[in-house]
Amino acid sequence: MKNGMTLIVRVIARFVSPMIMVFGIYIILHGHLSPGGGFPGGVIIASAFVLLTLSFGKEIAYQKLKESTASVMESAGALIFLILATLGIVFGGWFFLNFLPKGEPFRLISAGFIPLCNIGIGLKVGGGIFAVFLTLILFRLLEKGEGD
Amino acid sequence: MTLIPLFMVIPLGSAFIVVLLGRFKETVSDVLATAATLMLAILPFALIIPLSQEGIFVYRMGRWIPPWGINLVLDGLSLLMLIIINLVAFLAILYSVSYMKKFTAKSTYYGLFLLMLAGMNGVVLSGDFFNLFVFLEIAAIASYALVAFGVEAEELEASFKYMVMGSVASVLILFSIGLIYSLTGSLNMAHVGTILQGQKGNLISFSMILFLAGFGLKAAIMPFHAWLPDAHPSAPAPISAMLSGVLIKALGVYAILRIFFNVFGMNIQLSWILMILGALSMVGGGLLALKQNDFKRLLAYSSISQIGLIMLGVGCGNYWGILGALFHLFNHASFKALLFLNSGAVEYSTGTRELKKMGGLSKAMPFTGATSAIGSLSISGIPPLNGFWSKLFIIMGLIYAGRYVLGVITILVSVLTLAYYLKVQRYAFFGKLGEGLEKVKEAPPLMCASMVALAIICIGAGIFFYPIMKIILEPAVRVLQEGVGYSSLVLGG
Amino acid sequence: MMFFLCFVLFLIGLYCVLIKKNLLKIVMGIVIMEYSVNLFLITVGYKAGAVAPIVTEGAGKVSFVDPLPQALVITAIVIGIATLALIVALCMRVYDRYKTFDITKIRRLRG
Repeated sequence: MKNGMTLIVRVIARFVSPMIMVFGIYIILHGHLSPGGGFPGGVIIASAFVLLTLSFGKEIAYQKLKESTASVMESAGALIFLILATLGIVFGGWFFLNFLPKGEPFRLISAGFIPLCNIGIGLKVGGGIFAVFLTLILFRLLEKGEGD
Repeated sequence: MTLIPLFMVIPLGSAFIVVLLGRFKETVSDVLATAATLMLAILPFALIIPLSQEGIFVYRMGRWIPPWGINLVLDGLSLLMLIIINLVAFLAILYSVSYMKKFTAKSTYYGLFLLMLAGMNGVVLSGDFFNLFVFLEIAAIASYALVAFGVEAEELEASFKYMVMGSVASVLILFSIGLIYSLTGSLNMAHVGTILQGQKGNLISFSMILFLAGFGLKAAIMPFHAWLPDAHPSAPAPISAMLSGVLIKALGVYAILRIFFNVFGMNIQLSWILMILGALSMVGGGLLALKQNDFKRLLAYSSISQIGLIMLGVGCGNYWGILGALFHLFNHASFKALLFLNSGAVEYSTGTRELKKMGGLSKAMPFTGATSAIGSLSISGIPPLNGFWSKLFIIMGLIYAGRYVLGVITILVSVLTLAYYLKVQRYAFFGKLGEGLEKVKEAPPLMCASMVALAIICIGAGIFFYPIMKIILEPAVRVLQEGVGYSSLVLGG
Repeated sequence: MMFFLCFVLFLIGLYCVLIKKNLLKIVMGIVIMEYSVNLFLITVGYKAGAVAPIVTEGAGKVSFVDPLPQALVITAIVIGIATLALIVALCMRVYDRYKTFDITKIRRLRG
């Protein structure tokens, strides 16, 4: 486990994980049109990172995406969401007002600021879930280091 | 009016900014957290005058009209709670600036603290059941993490216990919300109130029982109290002050008041249930507090006792009872926060919480000694401090309602309270200096400042009880006495 | 019938929380309770013969199941994940300190 799994798993994981990420981004961007949205998309993106971590071992994955980066992503996502909600007060006088033009239904650019909110939520959830995962496995790592 | 969402925006935004910037420099997070909570502490006072003219504010999120959209409701009761929450939070943050130096990851601490604050502000402002649940969970999850912040064995154990009980309570509340939705097809509290008016049925009673159990667990009323004496002492002192002073009231007592008075409507059985549970936890908490030797644990049991007193006052349902209960809510927040901060200062200087190992500390720590004496006298109901007036009003309410026995029990418990606080004073602060305590110094100035501020609130609210009663408490009492008339106010506005 | 089954599931979770001695089993009990309530909320919104509430282009008038409970459930799931992550991390820390998962041996706090 320390150096990851076998060659087959690594090759497949390297091949599959970009596709999983693209799928997650698709889910986030189409959140206002079809089932999905920020939360499922964020979880899917985080699961791509989890897959990489499991197949290549935690040390390598930890070098690629540090826990601090994940939690910065999380805070940034929450702030984007909050700023969008507050901009409603600036432009229309009400908190959470959908101040952007609504556009044509069933097109990608529609529904005002909801796609932007979904992006914020996706960042938050993806960062958050991956940070939780890393924190849990890193705790095991540190504990083992103490035991040896 | 446009200020209302700021109660959520400021703490949430500053929570994430503090976590982001706190990595680089610790003083930045100190300054940011203090500034944010200072702003929040001033904000409710700016709303007093506009609210007294309008009576009720209904803030429509995203311009959606009440039964369909999410709305925030600010009325007298919410304003009272906002004042209590944000005032105590500001003083606790001021205290933590010095107190939390011995812990690592201070910015995480501030982040969690501000999240908890955002959750509590959200609970008291939200106008529908589901948002109440979401904000309640935000506050609760932040508080679970804060109880375990020291990651010592006892703290982890206490936090686990607290978390299991809290999760069960949340599940019960969510279950009840689902029942309400299936019965009425609405989640807006005012709308549910209009639909349920005059209806009776087993399912309504069942959902009321679930709400009472869930929020009773959060408020630590007597049969559901087991987690509190472990969880509150284990947290860092400013967090204990927040948990005992504010959190159990915002999550438990406020929610019970709002749901049972304004949505379901009070009736005689419910009033008896509240009074019996209140009397039980008042007596039980007091008796258990008497035999404690751990400073913070004694304070935690005393919290159970005082929450019982508040429920008793609310349960008797007339003007004086409710007035006394709400005033006691305010007073308990001030003196219990003060006493927990005192215990933190003692622990900071001497390194122990055992009452028997202390002694003569008022010579070494004059500010802590003096403020704790004020807090103890105030909680025991000595005139002219604020605890006296609220207890007097509750007893008057009980007598007007014809519950003489409960009134006598309240007076006896008041004497009991005096007894165990005299025990604290005698062991910790008076007498000869304890062994190994010769080098004890007073706590740092910021900690003293927030303790003195709370002591001034205790004395001030005692002397100027009349203006406080007229300006802040009476609108809140009116909200509860209107009962289910709340619905027409919200939906009509 | 569905409501009854949800309640049974709820009671199984409650039994698990109250009776089991292992920390992780208690956590599982909490999760079972949460899921039973989620299931209950979903069944509240069920309507016979209705379809999932997704508006697509050019679709005729069809009857939808109630979308509100589904929105509530996804929020409840998010909250559940946050609680679960925290409680599992806490369990690991507890194991680190006490070297056991047995709740009867984790009693350093007095009654």
